[in-house]
Amino acid sequence: MELLTIDIAHVLAGALLLTSFMLLYQDRLSGLINIYTLHAVILSLSVAWQAHYQDAPHLYLTAAIAAIFKALIIPFSLRRIIERLRIHRTVEVIGGVGITMLIGIFLVALSLVVMLPATASADPLAREDIAFALAIVLLGLLMMVTRRNAVSQIIGFMSLENGLVLAAAGANGMPLVVEISVAFSILIAFIVIGIFLFRIRERFDNVDLFELDRVRGGRS
Amino acid sequence: MPLYFALTSVSALLAVGVYAIVDRRNPDVSRNVYRICIALCGILFVAAVMPRGASVLSATLPFGLPWIGVHLRIDVLSAFFLAVVNLGGAAASAYAIGYGAHEKEPMRVLPFYPAFLAGMNMVVLADDAFSFLVAWEFMSLTSWALVLTHHHDAENRRAGFVYLLMASFGGFALLMAFGVLGGAGGAYDFASIRESTKEGWKTGLVLALALVGMGSKAGLAPLHIWLPLAHPAAPSHVSALMSGVMTKVAVYGFIRVVFDLLGPPAFWWSIEPMSFGAASALIGVLFATIQSDLKKLLAYSTIENIGVIFIALGLALAFKANGLALPAALAFTAALFHVFNHSLFKSLLFFGAGAVLNGCGERSIERLGGLIHSMPKTAFLFLGGCVAISALPPLNGFVSEWLVFQAILLSPSLPQWTVKLLVPAVGVALALSATLGAGCYIRAYGVAFLGRPRSEAARTAKDPDRWSLGTMAALLTLCLLAGLLPSLVIDTISPAARDFVGGRMPTQAELSWLSIAPVAESRSSYNGLLIFVFILFSAYSARWVIHKFGSSRSRRAPAWDCGYIETSPATQYTGSSFAQPIRRTLGIIAFSVKERLDMPAPGDMRPARLSIDIKDRIFDYLYAPLTRAVETCASGLNILSLLTIQEYLALVFGALVFLLILVAI
Repeated sequence: MELLTIDIAHVLAGALLLTSFMLLYQDRLSGLINIYTLHAVILSLSVAWQAHYQDAPHLYLTAAIAAIFKALIIPFSLRRIIERLRIHRTVEVIGGVGITMLIGIFLVALSLVVMLPATASADPLAREDIAFALAIVLLGLLMMVTRRNAVSQIIGFMSLENGLVLAAAGANGMPLVVEISVAFSILIAFIVIGIFLFRIRERFDNVDLFELDRVRGGRS
Repeated sequence: MPLYFALTSVSALLAVGVYAIVDRRNPDVSRNVYRICIALCGILFVAAVMPRGASVLSATLPFGLPWIGVHLRIDVLSAFFLAVVNLGGAAASAYAIGYGAHEKEPMRVLPFYPAFLAGMNMVVLADDAFSFLVAWEFMSLTSWALVLTHHHDAENRRAGFVYLLMASFGGFALLMAFGVLGGAGGAYDFASIRESTKEGWKTGLVLALALVGMGSKAGLAPLHIWLPLAHPAAPSHVSALMSGVMTKVAVYGFIRVVFDLLGPPAFWWSIEPMSFGAASALIGVLFATIQSDLKKLLAYSTIENIGVIFIALGLALAFKANGLALPAALAFTAALFHVFNHSLFKSLLFFGAGAVLNGCGERSIERLGGLIHSMPKTAFLFLGGCVAISALPPLNGFVSEWLVFQAILLSPSLPQWTVKLLVPAVGVALALSATLGAGCYIRAYGVAFLGRPRSEAARTAKDPDRWSLGTMAALLTLCLLAGLLPSLVIDTISPAARDFVGGRMPTQAELSWLSIAPVAESRSSYNGLLIFVFILFSAYSARWVIHKFGSSRSRRAPAWDCGYIETSPATQYTGSSFAQPIRRTLGIIAFSVKERLDMPAPGDMRPARLSIDIKDRIFDYLYAPLTRAVETCASGLNILSLLTIQEYLALVFGALVFLLILVAI
């Protein structure tokens, strides 16, 4: 039974990682939002499983917050944003998907190599989870680096945050206060970025970040 | 008890700075501030010399860094420096009661002056690295504000900038020095630093950093470039404080770190202080010799004297490392004695320069001359200062330099060949700088005070007020007393030598007739009183003989003019004329002088011109490339401010991945 519990936790965390790869690969904005919804659902499932395994009721709350905010509100409003911006059919040009995926695989390997020896004394569940979480964080960063569309950057940032929540839930849960405040700051960041998106769009008819650089007068 | 006196006075000094701001409308505020400063410095001086029941006083105040607090301590060394600081502070304040009345913008001096005094006192009292550094930076900043008093002058603004730059550089060096001393555990109070064990590389690093940090404040070559710019830029009483006292606070810091915190020395520690000290002594005196700005000349001479002090400290390290307690005590005592002496006569000379500046509105000796007639009292007191700093008996400068030479003469007892070879070379440099120093002051005094006035201002100058004259007279008296009764000073310093180098000079008070014998009476001894009596006797008997057999009337006649009808005062020997031999002989090596003669062809009516271009080699070969390198790096980094958002993210991402790879390996 014990082993099965751990295996299920690992399956969920692995699924989260796999979804991160899907995010990295997907070049349609509407598809990206769908996958992000899946990412958030798997996260809340994973946290809920942790709550069950650790017998920590406050983690159920964390899972609920993740499900409500990240799997419902944020995807819904993102979808509205891209519809109002009329970019929901946009296919983003991402050069060298193959190389990006290779880098992603390298990052996963790197985080396993770093985390497994570093957490040798922790319990086996937390170990794998933390290694996966680091990989998800790195993949989120990689996504932010490779994408030029502001919406995909937001999604990269959100998936990065999901990785942090996974790590925190694995490490015997973080204090609820921290969790709630992180959730709200993410929401506020989302609102701010959303407003900026409309502003940018109003000004430049575009949400491509390269336009911003061109206006600023930097080299592009 | 004295510690709490001292603390109260330091806080009171800070409060006086605030009072100066609050009461700025009051026309008497300047006078009041300086009077209170005298009183507070007096209290601090008494607290320093007050007999202490237990030899060490310490206290911990519950503010400052958490878990550390502010540690304060008075031991023999800090008591000595406390006395030096506050003697100088009281003298400068007394002088400023008169001098400060001429200040056009007193509010640029008054709030910072007491704060500066408080900062210097706090450095000496501090007993943990954190409060030491805070006090140190406070002292730097307040003195920087004072340097910028006359900020309308572009040259002064530049001086302030260079000073600030060097002060922050020195501060960083000290920060790192204390960081290495404190170690990863972060024990920053001096008591635990003293007890911790230090590995070999650590001591070398801390020694170099301390030399750079303290040396940049003390004016040790090649970190001296700010000093001749900044010290003259401040008002004269502040110049006196900076030159006479603040540099000594830096010497205190060096002694505290190297002799106290670093533990037992190795012989090679002595090499750096001695070589840099010798370089400073030579560079300082050479540049002083060719200066025509009176205050700049004094500033360069400060560099020379700091060199002398560091040479003596280096010797003390070498002797201490080899367990030669008596010579170590001799060198250490000589260093501290010179600290005391230099603070006295350099303050006196800066006060004199301030009096000349106020009287004539002129700092360049090329436009002075004949001041002995227009400012007779200042002339006499300034002469006294010149004699003292030129190390002529029976004044105090001679005693301390003589003690340094006595220590150098004991160097053959050192076993290491490096030091054995270095010390005589340093001794030669010291002898050379002492001689050149005397020449430099003969030139300064001769050109400024003797001869005929070269400008109207010099002819009509007046002696300053009673406060200024009284302060200078008091300092000269102290110089004379320290020269006549050196045994008293030596015996006062002895406990510090016992605590810091583990030996003490023979008690001098037991010797007859106030003479001093550094090692043993059979080897060498000096009696200031005897020489003083001899000088008085021979001078008065010569005068008696001359007036007996010659005319007893003094008469004044025009100077012989070689048959010309009228001579302009401009035909006199000038300061540059006196400096010319030195400039010619040593100019190529030391100053990179370029003389250009523009001689018109026969028949051409334009005047011939000789222009002299003097450059500082250290500035050209050390600082200029450094500045260029910094500029190149800075403009190279400019690219970073023009990246796209993705590139910034990629930088963070790359750094993160790089660090993770480091961890993985």
